[in-house]
Amino acid sequence: MTQDDVIGDYKYGFHDSENATIRFDKGLSEQVVRDISALKDEPEWMTEIRLKAYKHFIERPMPDWGNTGMLKSIDFEAVTYFLRSSEGTERDWDDVPEEIKRTFDRLGIPEAEQKWLGGVTAQYESEAVYHSIREDLTSQGVLFFDMDSGLKEHPEIVKKYFGSVVPYSDNKFSALNTAVWSGGSFIYVPKGVHVTMPVQAYFRINAKNMGQFERTLIIADEGSSIHYVEGCTAPNYSTESLHSAVVELIALPGAKIRYSTVQNWSANVYNLVTKRGIAHEDAVIEWVDGNIGSKLTMKYPAVILKGEGAHAEVISVAYAGKGQHQDAGAKVHHLASNTTSNILSKSISKYGGRSSYRGLLKVSPKAKNCRSKVVCDALLLDEDSQSDTYPTMEIGNASSDLEHEASVSKVSDDQLFYLMSRGHAEDEAMAMIVNGFFEPFTRELPMEYAVELNRLLELEMEGSIG
Amino acid sequence: MADVVLEINDLHVSVDDVEIIQGLNLTINKGEIHAIMGRNGSGKSTLANVLMGHPDYQVTSGSIVYQGKSLLEMEVYERARSGIFLSFQYPSVIPGVQVGTFLRKSVNSIKGEHAPSAREFRKLLSKKMAMLDMDKSFLSRYVNDGFSGGEKKRLEILQLLLLEPSLIILDETDSGLDIDALKVVSEGINSVLEDSACLVITHYQRLLDYVKPNYVHAMIAGGFVKSGGPDLAHKLEANGYDWLEPQSEVKT
Repeated sequence: MTQDDVIGDYKYGFHDSENATIRFDKGLSEQVVRDISALKDEPEWMTEIRLKAYKHFIERPMPDWGNTGMLKSIDFEAVTYFLRSSEGTERDWDDVPEEIKRTFDRLGIPEAEQKWLGGVTAQYESEAVYHSIREDLTSQGVLFFDMDSGLKEHPEIVKKYFGSVVPYSDNKFSALNTAVWSGGSFIYVPKGVHVTMPVQAYFRINAKNMGQFERTLIIADEGSSIHYVEGCTAPNYSTESLHSAVVELIALPGAKIRYSTVQNWSANVYNLVTKRGIAHEDAVIEWVDGNIGSKLTMKYPAVILKGEGAHAEVISVAYAGKGQHQDAGAKVHHLASNTTSNILSKSISKYGGRSSYRGLLKVSPKAKNCRSKVVCDALLLDEDSQSDTYPTMEIGNASSDLEHEASVSKVSDDQLFYLMSRGHAEDEAMAMIVNGFFEPFTRELPMEYAVELNRLLELEMEGSIG
Repeated sequence: MADVVLEINDLHVSVDDVEIIQGLNLTINKGEIHAIMGRNGSGKSTLANVLMGHPDYQVTSGSIVYQGKSLLEMEVYERARSGIFLSFQYPSVIPGVQVGTFLRKSVNSIKGEHAPSAREFRKLLSKKMAMLDMDKSFLSRYVNDGFSGGEKKRLEILQLLLLEPSLIILDETDSGLDIDALKVVSEGINSVLEDSACLVITHYQRLLDYVKPNYVHAMIAGGFVKSGGPDLAHKLEANGYDWLEPQSEVKT
């Protein structure tokens, strides 16, 4: 690990030396897909899905919406699709290769694990290097594995649900993920079990031009609940890396899944992720989604409200700084009657950064008496920055009640003056206003994440006032 | 010998090229309370904002010396850290920032290495809030968000009590307060006055019944037209300002 080479304002831009045990040549082909599957000794049905997905990826054109310019500049042949950096997934941090362990120490993961987490999976490049779950959860029948182990240990559950929420044909990047996926989390919570401590996954890219394609599947059986949190960082390089994940959530009747993310990729990472959940009768799915880093993020956490009385909550924030485009939002599809949803999106743009809210709210004709509220607030911190909103609503019947509010605001001179008159320098005052603006989001995070997010934003504001 | 806290000499201030303050002189010594009275638009609040350093006000000439230093060269936050406190007429709303967090951060910023420990701060806060008859629930509300006029003023005075400034500027602190609240707030103000200098800007005399000034200045059109003792406040309250206007301007 290089010493304290903090690059710019991004504190996680350091990198380890690249000690791969297995490293594929750059570029994508059918053989790469077959090799990944063979290396993992997968059942044939999985290899088949991968190959179909690969074919679809090749045939599927790039999206003609979002940041088409940046999408076009992705060079799929320059990406490393698989990189194994340790012999296996360890249960003890002491068995993790020293340099990698030090990186996770620096990211605070082992410390967080001891203090407040029910389980941790730490992925480095393509696979988990560490994984553990508390005994009391195991004894209640909770299954928590890295996805590769999940497939090995419980192929019947994986086969039943894999691709059932996000089929490979959903979009170009879900096809790519399905073809080359590696790592991610697999969770099954049995009926009536409440996992009271959050479980966490941390994703770290270390190598240059790396592609990380984790796949996550969470099934909460009837009346159960779980809170899953994920974080991610990468080194700063002058060339791009690609992160393209697929996350599928299944909340069976009466279950509740909360999925919280603090995305803090370095500014050279394309972050193109498909996240979707299905909520059955009286189930609740909550996406708490924070996007601070990356070069381009295109991500719209979605909930399909399939059962009556189901509820969706999508709370998201985005911070777009120099050269960044956060194209984020939410999708909710009310398929059943008496379903409800709340969408709150907050974005901040600065230094010419661009944030877009892209939302889809759909109520099927047969879904009666649905209620939904969408609130989008954007805060611009300078004249060069940009914010745009693309809300789409398709309401299939008249008995449903929808509200939509949107606002774009600037920090007022009077607010700054007031805070400065209380001893805060201008950048500190700005950080306070920014943290306050994101507060409806941060208060939903576990305290440790909230503190970290506020600190990140303070760092972004530091020395930033011209 | 008097201990000079603030000395203003021939101050001229413009906003958007319109001169609001036209040649103002004022000296405030430690332990003194000066009241400035005047009608709307007379330039009272402009003076308060200039002293704190609001960017919209341009000082075109004159000087302000605070504790021996030229105030005009100091940033807003430096003025605050050196002991100037302005109780705002219209304090800003800061959505999402809890009062408790805001107070703690402000005390830390202003007191620096002399800031109390977290534990001492909590004790101090409880005491001062009790003095102002404020409920603990204030601390988890967002700064001035949805506050009534009276609540905003209490929060201003709470900050005054925590920050212990050496120059206190009260800009229309009595507006929005009923008589009971006015008494409570005045008691709070009086508790910190001994070691500081104070400038009270007000429309009405009633605050001055509780926060008793040594000097009263009548302000018209950006300058003091008359200065005197506490009696002047009563006279202004009773007779208004017309008798102070220069004859030529009465008709306008």
